[in-house]
Amino acid sequence: MQKNLLWRLIVIIATLIVFLFGIFGIPQGLSGKTLLEAMTNRIHLGLDLRGGTHLILQVQVNDAVNVDAQNAIEVLKEQLNKNKVAFSDISQPDPQNEPDKIVIKGLPPEGRKTLLDILSERLSEYTYSSGTENTYTLTMKPQMLTELKNKAVTQAIETIRNRIDQLGVSEPTIQEHGLGQYQILVQLPGVDDPGRVKDIMQSTAMLEIKEVLGGPYSSEQQALQEKGGVLPPDAILLPGHAVPGAPPDQQAWYLVSRVSAVRGKDLRDAQPSTDENGQPDVQFTLTGEGGQRFYNFTSAHVGDRLAVVLDNKVQEVANIREAIRDQGRISGGSMTQQQAKDLSMILRSGALPAGIKYLEERTVGPSLGTDSIRHGVMAAVIGMSAVLIFMLIYYRAAGVNADVALLLNLIILLGFMGYFEAVLTLPGIAGVILTVGMGVDSNVLIFERIREELRNGKTPPSAVDQGFSHAWITIVDTHVTTIVSAAILFIFGTGPVKGFAVTLTFGLLANLFTAVFVSRAIFDWVLSRKGRGEALSI
Amino acid sequence: MEFFRNTNIDFLGKKWYFLAFSLIFSVAGVLSMLFWHHIPYGVDFRGGTLVYVKFSHTPDDNALRAAMNSAGLHNAKIQRYDVPSANKVLIDLDVRETSEQALDQGKAQIINTLEKNVTPGKIDLNNAPFLTIKNYLMDKDPMHLGADADQKYTQQAQAILDVRDKVNGGVLNSFDQLKSTVDAAVLASLPDGFFLSDFGVYNVEIVGPQVGAQLRKQALLATCYSLAGMLVYLGFRFEWIYGVAAVVTVFHDTLITVGAFSLLNKEISLTVIAAILTLIGYSNNDTIVVFDRIRENIKLMRREKLSDIVNRSINQTLSRTILTAGLTFLTVLALYLFGGEVLRGFSLALVIGILIGTYSSIAIAAPILVAYQDWRVSKGKRPAATPVRAR
Repeated sequence: MQKNLLWRLIVIIATLIVFLFGIFGIPQGLSGKTLLEAMTNRIHLGLDLRGGTHLILQVQVNDAVNVDAQNAIEVLKEQLNKNKVAFSDISQPDPQNEPDKIVIKGLPPEGRKTLLDILSERLSEYTYSSGTENTYTLTMKPQMLTELKNKAVTQAIETIRNRIDQLGVSEPTIQEHGLGQYQILVQLPGVDDPGRVKDIMQSTAMLEIKEVLGGPYSSEQQALQEKGGVLPPDAILLPGHAVPGAPPDQQAWYLVSRVSAVRGKDLRDAQPSTDENGQPDVQFTLTGEGGQRFYNFTSAHVGDRLAVVLDNKVQEVANIREAIRDQGRISGGSMTQQQAKDLSMILRSGALPAGIKYLEERTVGPSLGTDSIRHGVMAAVIGMSAVLIFMLIYYRAAGVNADVALLLNLIILLGFMGYFEAVLTLPGIAGVILTVGMGVDSNVLIFERIREELRNGKTPPSAVDQGFSHAWITIVDTHVTTIVSAAILFIFGTGPVKGFAVTLTFGLLANLFTAVFVSRAIFDWVLSRKGRGEALSI
Repeated sequence: MEFFRNTNIDFLGKKWYFLAFSLIFSVAGVLSMLFWHHIPYGVDFRGGTLVYVKFSHTPDDNALRAAMNSAGLHNAKIQRYDVPSANKVLIDLDVRETSEQALDQGKAQIINTLEKNVTPGKIDLNNAPFLTIKNYLMDKDPMHLGADADQKYTQQAQAILDVRDKVNGGVLNSFDQLKSTVDAAVLASLPDGFFLSDFGVYNVEIVGPQVGAQLRKQALLATCYSLAGMLVYLGFRFEWIYGVAAVVTVFHDTLITVGAFSLLNKEISLTVIAAILTLIGYSNNDTIVVFDRIRENIKLMRREKLSDIVNRSINQTLSRTILTAGLTFLTVLALYLFGGEVLRGFSLALVIGILIGTYSSIAIAAPILVAYQDWRVSKGKRPAATPVRAR
């Protein structure tokens, strides 16, 4: 008996040490302040306690699919022309809702084999079905479609992380959110005015250099009139400024080539700088390959005009005086120094593969965070003391037993959180308090059972034994059901709610150990010191 | 000390009273959900813009309303919260005024409308973020620092924010309040670039319409999965009728809790859903404790009627049920009273739910078992809704 007890005592003390280490690490000192510091180093406070911004972004993945489909259309046209197969039209019937669908019209029956060859060689991600009147419909394979969309989300996360890192926000969280809805969760601790950060994240930063075919026009209508009502198929109209520095309401429209000479991925570097008039602008440098393409383009178009287009807005129109290899600049009129700095940073971080929309924005001001910590701690101290004191009064010596178990339960819970780098939120603190309230249930179950067995005339040792063995089954059942609830919360919840699910689960797991193993050991120790027939204080 | 020793209350005999009690509350809740307050969705579920503002003086609700109206925000609800002396106001914009395109437009409009003492070219210190203050100091360089300017001004900006947010709860009345903590040169330079309005933004929640719909669906799904999880686990551990009884009981608790929120017109937020899911687990705890005892007693008292066994089991566990419920209630009450505004809804759901959950494990779950057996007997089948295979 004694040896067995010793062994159990060692297990309990080892657990205590392991989890105390989980909470504090190796403390630098033993004063309250250093301990608190050591603790918050390991258990991180959630956004709702330290203040900051929580954003949910929708990645408009159809954008990425559209890019792919547009590219596929280009390939098809090019290859069919090369093989001298005639067709009347290739286009996306509904780019908004079915971006992965391409319809080829007027392809003669003898061209079918060529089409199949192109598909298997260049566009293996599409399947085709033939319709009436020489029409073929291409659709992206579902698996490839999902892959493409997921890739857009991963890339968007990567790009946004690059940008946020350069802004110097500490410990940001950027991760996929929700269940396959192509959403991203961004948490920015300490940022209580998200305006600028949001603009920077949202900027698609799609840089293109295109040939100018006409303009500036004062309106879209005017442009259409001058072109006789129909735009050339390989050209698009884009808005921009008539004169650099003109106010935003004086928009001008340019007719530019649909195909870009240079794209964002050809960019090697971008830096803020100033033009000859001392106005802030952004200078960019192209990669070797992009530079070569730019050189070919500019040498073929000396005397023509080119447009620097950012996110489908014409920023800069310039005459090509001579062949240019790899330099360019964006000023787009009145840019402030800060804007030039931000824009070059955004360009360096790369383009987003798809547009982004904000779905949810929550800002917790720092004073609310401070208030919440104060309230949470107060509720915790009062709630827990009430339980601890009640147990002492109601169960006397056995109450001490329960209180020791509960305190150990708390230490293990916090230690778990330290090890798993869990985040403590305000509902998480509520979870800690509830763990005490619900954890004490196990003790009550056992103690009531022991009292009952004692009333039925059993000796203290056998009453303790019976009490524990009968209550054990019930305790397992009750814990499992609560943990099932918490697990579902963890899967569906976000942020603060997730924090609650985590503390509740850890707390109840720890409770299995403390209420049964630790409490039993204490009982056995008490019994071993009592003489035969001596009463148990319960 | 002991409160309940050898109680012998005929709980099953009172089942019609229990039924009436439960029906009154469920029906009242359902009626309120259908015809009165409906389900008062919080901003998480309905979408919208909430701006929590703290003023440095007692705000005039009518003036605020007029200001919002003149800014074109006609549907803005203005509501005081927390204790009156806290001078806190919640401004609530409908989801219709929360645009998908520019999510934070409403918030910007509200803040612009509230701004007072505006001086052109100056920034509101009460609503300025850290970086704005730090950049201003770096530009002005009032302390004439050289190399370690960055570090020093980071400290100074942080000190200003600490006084504003931690000492004065988010609003400064005058620059003098910074006197003791901020460097004199820095303090002297502040009025050149900043002014002080009479409010600070405490908390902002903006939820677009799309998220609201998505969250509603998720909350409903989570609750259903939770109930299904209980059904499967209890069906596996006991007999299926035990699972059904427990799930009906928990559904009853959920219905009454949600109904109570509707009757009281308290908003159901995400954290309230978290509380309800916790209750599903908690109420099940109670039910399982009683069921476990019934299962044990059925083996011991083979000759007796199920209704007697059930009554005996409830009485034997009564002490534990009341004690646990009381202790959990104590902690939850502490949460409700001292946990602050943010947790109010959450702890209210727990306060109501723990009362109902404890009541229902005695008054609903056990009678269902007995009623099922009576029904089987009346159909002339084996009179045993009894779990022979106790695992």
